[in-house]
Amino acid sequence: MATAVWEQPRRRNIFARPTATTGWYSWVTTVDHKKIGILYGVTAFVFFLLGGLEALALRTQLATPDADVLSADLYNQFFTMHGITMIFLVVMPMGVAFFNYFVPLMIGARDVAFPRLNALSYWIFLFGGIFIYSSFLLGGAPDGGWFGYAPLSTKLPTDGMDFYAVGLQFLGIASLAGAVNFIVTILNMRAPGMTLMRMPVFIWMALVVSFLLLFAMPVIAVALFELMFDRLFGTNFFQVAAGGDPVLWQHLFWLFGHPEVYILILPAMGIVSEVLPTFSRKPLFGYAAVVFAGAAIGFMGWGVWAHHMFAVGLGPVANAAFALSTMFIAVPTGVKIFNWIGTMWGGSLRFNTSMLFSVGFVAMFIIGGLSGVSHSIVPHDAQQTDTYYVVAHFHYVLFGGALFGIMSGLYYWWPKIFGHRLGEGLGKLNFWLWFIGFNLTFGPMHIVGLQGMPRRIYTYPDGMGWNLWNLMETVGAFVIAVSTLVFLVNVAVSRRKGRYEAGADPWDARTLEWSIPSPPPEYNFAEIPVITHRDDFWHKKYFVGPGKTAEPVFSGGAAEAEHEAEHHIHMPSPSYFPVIAAFGLLVAAYAVIFGLPAVAIGLLITTLGFFGWVFEPGAAE
Amino acid sequence: MGAGEVPGEGGRAARAGGGVTGAREVRAQGAEISAPALGMILFIASEVMFFAGLFGAYFTIRGGATGWPPAGTAELEIWIPAAATVLLMVSSVTMHAAAEAAGHGRDAATARWLLITIALGALFLGGQAFEYSQLDFTVSDHSYGTLFYSMTGFHALHVFAGLVMLGLVWIKTSRGHLSHGRSGPVVAAGLYWHFVDVVWILLFATLYLLR
Repeated sequence: MATAVWEQPRRRNIFARPTATTGWYSWVTTVDHKKIGILYGVTAFVFFLLGGLEALALRTQLATPDADVLSADLYNQFFTMHGITMIFLVVMPMGVAFFNYFVPLMIGARDVAFPRLNALSYWIFLFGGIFIYSSFLLGGAPDGGWFGYAPLSTKLPTDGMDFYAVGLQFLGIASLAGAVNFIVTILNMRAPGMTLMRMPVFIWMALVVSFLLLFAMPVIAVALFELMFDRLFGTNFFQVAAGGDPVLWQHLFWLFGHPEVYILILPAMGIVSEVLPTFSRKPLFGYAAVVFAGAAIGFMGWGVWAHHMFAVGLGPVANAAFALSTMFIAVPTGVKIFNWIGTMWGGSLRFNTSMLFSVGFVAMFIIGGLSGVSHSIVPHDAQQTDTYYVVAHFHYVLFGGALFGIMSGLYYWWPKIFGHRLGEGLGKLNFWLWFIGFNLTFGPMHIVGLQGMPRRIYTYPDGMGWNLWNLMETVGAFVIAVSTLVFLVNVAVSRRKGRYEAGADPWDARTLEWSIPSPPPEYNFAEIPVITHRDDFWHKKYFVGPGKTAEPVFSGGAAEAEHEAEHHIHMPSPSYFPVIAAFGLLVAAYAVIFGLPAVAIGLLITTLGFFGWVFEPGAAE
Repeated sequence: MGAGEVPGEGGRAARAGGGVTGAREVRAQGAEISAPALGMILFIASEVMFFAGLFGAYFTIRGGATGWPPAGTAELEIWIPAAATVLLMVSSVTMHAAAEAAGHGRDAATARWLLITIALGALFLGGQAFEYSQLDFTVSDHSYGTLFYSMTGFHALHVFAGLVMLGLVWIKTSRGHLSHGRSGPVVAAGLYWHFVDVVWILLFATLYLLR
């Protein structure tokens, strides 16, 4: 940019860009994908603690029959908010946190394609989470379940479901902005030589997830608008008496909801596909098969939504078709499982904490996947609909799957992000408590589910044969809580200076992010790498010697660090317009519920934010 | 918004930019479409799903209805919306002219064509407002009214967003921010405008012509 030769203006231009690079202000105005990634991760973790506390309250209520810890009303709010939190405010943004931090690093780019859009996405996510949680103080949280079935949800008396409809809409904007950003980044900004089939599997999964978000979020946007209009303006989308359709919501919701399931799990699959090869010291077994299986899931995920609706009565033809597609979608997932096992087979395995979580992921996800396939048997599914069996199933894929993968990723990439490892002793304690607590909590739910215990009941009578299992589940939930505390202690203890100092490449890993210092400099790569292989960094470190063993390359290689120092690489300057635009939307969201005319004020703020955005100079002067 | 990205942001400028010692010309893998245009295409793809959802709701509800429009509600008059349709289609032509002019670096012509496009779009919205004022059913009377107002309303909102987008591009063009063949934002805004136009044609056919 030629800005450097401009004369310094006397008066500070109102569009002048902020310049702070340290202090809290630098975090508010940052457009650096690494800082935004950390913001995403920390925020999502705080929501994880909130959602976890809700779960503990629910489990305490259910520990004994006829308990009196939560009222029925509060129980409804808690289980609804637990679901909304874990899905929209924890697992999705945790995936996005990893995408933010590592997509540019793993493809050899200096930032994402639209850095300010990235910041906007984060602020909308944060404000959206605050918005939904503020409902607890403003007359009651959403209480119609995370899938908010209409027409019931159009009739619930508190403002809770308004917060649901508007809040999820709000979060959807953040997801859309992120999706556009990551697709453009991945398609347009790969380092020279990094063809699509040389991309790390994690990047492939980021690409597939972004496309799923791009196409799925607008579908739920339609459903949420319809719900909102029915509630606020008396429209008749779901009102049978006025010609509406009561099943319409379910179709729209699950047409979003099933791709959403893959939006939640694919980032974890990507993480595991990076961790397992690194700690097996082998390339990923069947790279192409894993990539195509991920893409196939991305397509087939659109054809299975009605298996959530087998109890609705769509008729035998529709049910049979969706039963078949549901059986079929297990195939690409199975392909991945075998590839991960094949990756470990015969490798020299290192069972550190990250690896344990990844292996745990594979094992637990198999259980969750199998109980999922059992839902393709229509009569079986009709029997299990709305029982704890379903709760067990989706916690095995979302907790045993997604959260195990995310924990694995945290332990794996922690040294890259912060420059030091997390402690292994506490890490292993963290893992085993997590693993035991998880199985103790959700394993027995299969049994009580098959025994007929319905989900979403706030209590149950004595003498149903459910007491022991429920108590066991509650104990398990508290074990998970202890494990989470161990993780937090580990984070705090590991920070002590010099304790677990990590270099650029502590795991002897394969992908580009390990070729630069930890933590990475603001510009990521002093020199954009030229890629010649899949797992390029590994090939720069090793060559295949005689006898097919990996021999280290002696010159060059990992010692990239001395290159950095005095480069003047122009990075995009910080900007305060993303947070302003997002704040306007927050005002508008409250206005929708509490005073419609004020929506104009919110949208005005947002428009002004975008106006400043378009006209601010390209870089700070 | 992708259209609003300025140089210095975005990958290519950042990558090619700035005095990397010994930097060779580094060309990213597969960067054939400019980032704003690709971003806009993706955004439009997502908008297609949004309107697909609305059309899905429409046909689900209409398919289960006993009378369409319900008894007591007259068929819609088609002449005003038909005229509005013509205006919108002409505006797509003028938009194309603006993008062509921008591609050849003729800034004055670009600005002029953009202004004509904006005027045609505004006229379209005026026609729709007039039509709303003539109708004798409301959004809450029956599912027919609900669908009619929400589908045309969402489309009008998209036209309005398109007008804002074109307005921003027009200001940038007439200030000379987009000279020297930097036509990316004009092209991106144009893609969006054509999309809004195509959706209207489908809406017009579905709501007014399909009897």
